[in-house]
Amino acid sequence: MFTPDNILTTTIDKAVRWSRTQSMWPVTFGLACCAIEMMAAGSAKYDLARYGMEVFRASPRQADLMIVAGRVSQKMAPVLRQVYDQMADPKWVIAMGACSSTGGMFNNYALVQGVDHIVPVDIYVPGCPPGPQSLMHGILTLHQKIMDGEINR
Amino acid sequence: MKSKKINRYNLKALKKKFEFWATNSEEGGWSISSTDEGSQKMLEVEDEKKVKIQTGTEIIDDFVVDEDSSDDERMIINMGPQHPSTHGVLRLQAELEGEIVRRVKPVIGYLHTGMEKTGEELNYFQGPTNTTRMDYLSPLFNELVFSLTTEKLIGIEVPDRAKAIRILMTELNRISSHLVALATGGMDIGALSMMIFGFREREHILNFFEKTTGLRMNHNYIRPGGVAADLPDGWQKDIEDIIQLIPEKLKDYDDMLLDNPIWKGRLQNVGILTTEECFAYGITGPSLRASGFDWDLRKSQPYSGIEKFNFDVPVLSEGDVFARWRIKVLEIFESLKIVEQVMYQMPKGPYKIQDKKITPPPRKRLDESMEALIHHFKIYTEGFKVPEGDAYVAIESPRGELGCYIVSDGTAKPYRMHVRGPSFCNLQGLPIIMTDSPIADAVAAIASLDPVIGDVDR
Repeated sequence: MFTPDNILTTTIDKAVRWSRTQSMWPVTFGLACCAIEMMAAGSAKYDLARYGMEVFRASPRQADLMIVAGRVSQKMAPVLRQVYDQMADPKWVIAMGACSSTGGMFNNYALVQGVDHIVPVDIYVPGCPPGPQSLMHGILTLHQKIMDGEINR
Repeated sequence: MKSKKINRYNLKALKKKFEFWATNSEEGGWSISSTDEGSQKMLEVEDEKKVKIQTGTEIIDDFVVDEDSSDDERMIINMGPQHPSTHGVLRLQAELEGEIVRRVKPVIGYLHTGMEKTGEELNYFQGPTNTTRMDYLSPLFNELVFSLTTEKLIGIEVPDRAKAIRILMTELNRISSHLVALATGGMDIGALSMMIFGFREREHILNFFEKTTGLRMNHNYIRPGGVAADLPDGWQKDIEDIIQLIPEKLKDYDDMLLDNPIWKGRLQNVGILTTEECFAYGITGPSLRASGFDWDLRKSQPYSGIEKFNFDVPVLSEGDVFARWRIKVLEIFESLKIVEQVMYQMPKGPYKIQDKKITPPPRKRLDESMEALIHHFKIYTEGFKVPEGDAYVAIESPRGELGCYIVSDGTAKPYRMHVRGPSFCNLQGLPIIMTDSPIADAVAAIASLDPVIGDVDR
C-alpha cells in the first residue's frame, strides 16, 4: 500500500503493458510430447508460478495465451482454431516445439506444417521437445515483446 | 456403481456386450457409415454441416436408445478433444441418463501423425528417431522394440554391455513413466500435490537421461546394433542417488494417498475391469495384472537379457482403479530392484556391435582412417541393407505389450512398419469400464488406464 505522501506516476501504456505481462494465464492446450514438458515447467523444479503463469485455464474464455504444445494434425486443426477464436482479446500464441512451428520431422499427409497456417503466432520455441528452460525463455521473450509493443494490437 | 461380480464368469453376457461394441456389426448398433465424423480435410468443402461436425459443435447421434427407457432423461455430451483430463486429445461421446453413463464412444485420431508411413521413408538407422516419438512417456521402449526387430531381421546379437545398458535405461524409463501416470492421475482426481510430487521425482531420472543421451525426452539413444553412447563418467553415483531417493519419496505417496480414506473411498470398487474383459479387448500391462492375471512379457518372453535379473511381477486381484494405481507403485519398486542389479553387474566391453556396416565408427577414428570415414559416410547417407523377410518383437512397456512388426524388402528402408501400441488396445476397455457408472468416475477411469494419445493415434 502507498502512504498518502507517496505519488506514483506512470503512463497508461506502461501500466497496461506491465499488468498484461505479470498475470498471463495460458490455456491448457497440450497435444503431444511438448505438453509433458509444459507440465514439467509448471511443476516443482521449474515453477512457472514465478512469472504469474501457473494457472493453466481449462476454459479458453479465461485465458490470454495459447501454448500450442505438440504436433497439430489435420483433424485437430479446426479444434485449435475454435479454441483460439473463443479466447478473449488480447491474446497471444506460442508455438512450442518443432512440430507446431514448422511440422518438424513429420513432413507427411497427417500434420499441419506449422500452426501459423491456422493462427497468428507470436513466439516460436525451438526444440523437440523444448526443455522447460526453453519454454520459459520463450515466455520471457513474449513478455519483452508485450512490453515493447503497442497496447492496441 | 456398476457391479461386475455378475459378469466375472458370465461369458455369455460379455459376448453380447462385445458384439454390440463391434463397430461394423449391423445388429450391434451402428454401421461403419454412421461412425463417420465427416470430412477429415481442413475446410476443403465449405459445407456448413460438415464443418460443424468437424469442429465438434454438432454431435452425430448414432446411439441406439433402449426402447424401455424414457427419452427425456437421456442426453449426449461431448468431452474433449481439448479437455485437461483426457490425457491429451482424446474425445469421448457419452450418453447419459441422469448422471449415469449408459454408453460411451471414444473418438481417436486427433493426434494422428502418420508415423508408420513416415517409418517407410526413413532407413533403419534413422528409424528410432521416428518411433521414439510415438509413446512419448516411454520413448526408450519404442526405440528398444524397433532396434530388437531390426536386429532380429539382420540376425545379429548386441554385446552384453549394450544389453545391460538397454535394460538399465528402459527400467528407469518405466519408473519415470509410472511417475507421470501417478502424477497426472492424481491431478485428474483432484490431488494436486500428487502432480507436483510425481514430476519432482521424475526430474531426477530425466537429469540422468539428459546426462547420458543428451535429451530429456525422445532420446534416439537405443539404436539397431547397440546404444548411441556409453554411460557417462560417474553414472553409478547418479543411479545410487535415484535408488536411494525414489523409495523415500514413494513413502510420501503412500502416506498421502494410499492410506487416505477419502482416496480409497473415491477409487475402490470403481471402474472394475475383469480378466475376461481384458482378454476380450487385448488389454495388457498393469491393467491386466491388476485384474488378477499374471502376465508380464519380461517373464514370459524375456528380451535383452532381462531373464538374468531377479524381480517379481506384482499381481492384484481387485481390478478397480485403486488396484491399477497401486500396481504402478509396486512396479516402481520392482524396476528399482532391476536397476540396482544392473548397476552392480554391468559388464565391461563395447556398447555397440563391432560391425562397421551397421554401427558408425567412433568420431576420433574418422581423422585417422580413410576406411572409417567411408563407413561413416555410407551409414549416414544410405544406411544399411536388411535381408528380406518380416519379424515381430514384443516387449513389456509401462502400458503393456508394445510390439513392432517390420516387413523388409531387402533395401535400407522398411517396406512396412507397424507398431502394436498398448495404449490403443487398452483404450478399448474404456467403454466397458465407463458403461453404467457415474459420470464422475469417468475421469478416474481414463486416468487409471493411462492412455498416451501419441501411442493411440501414432
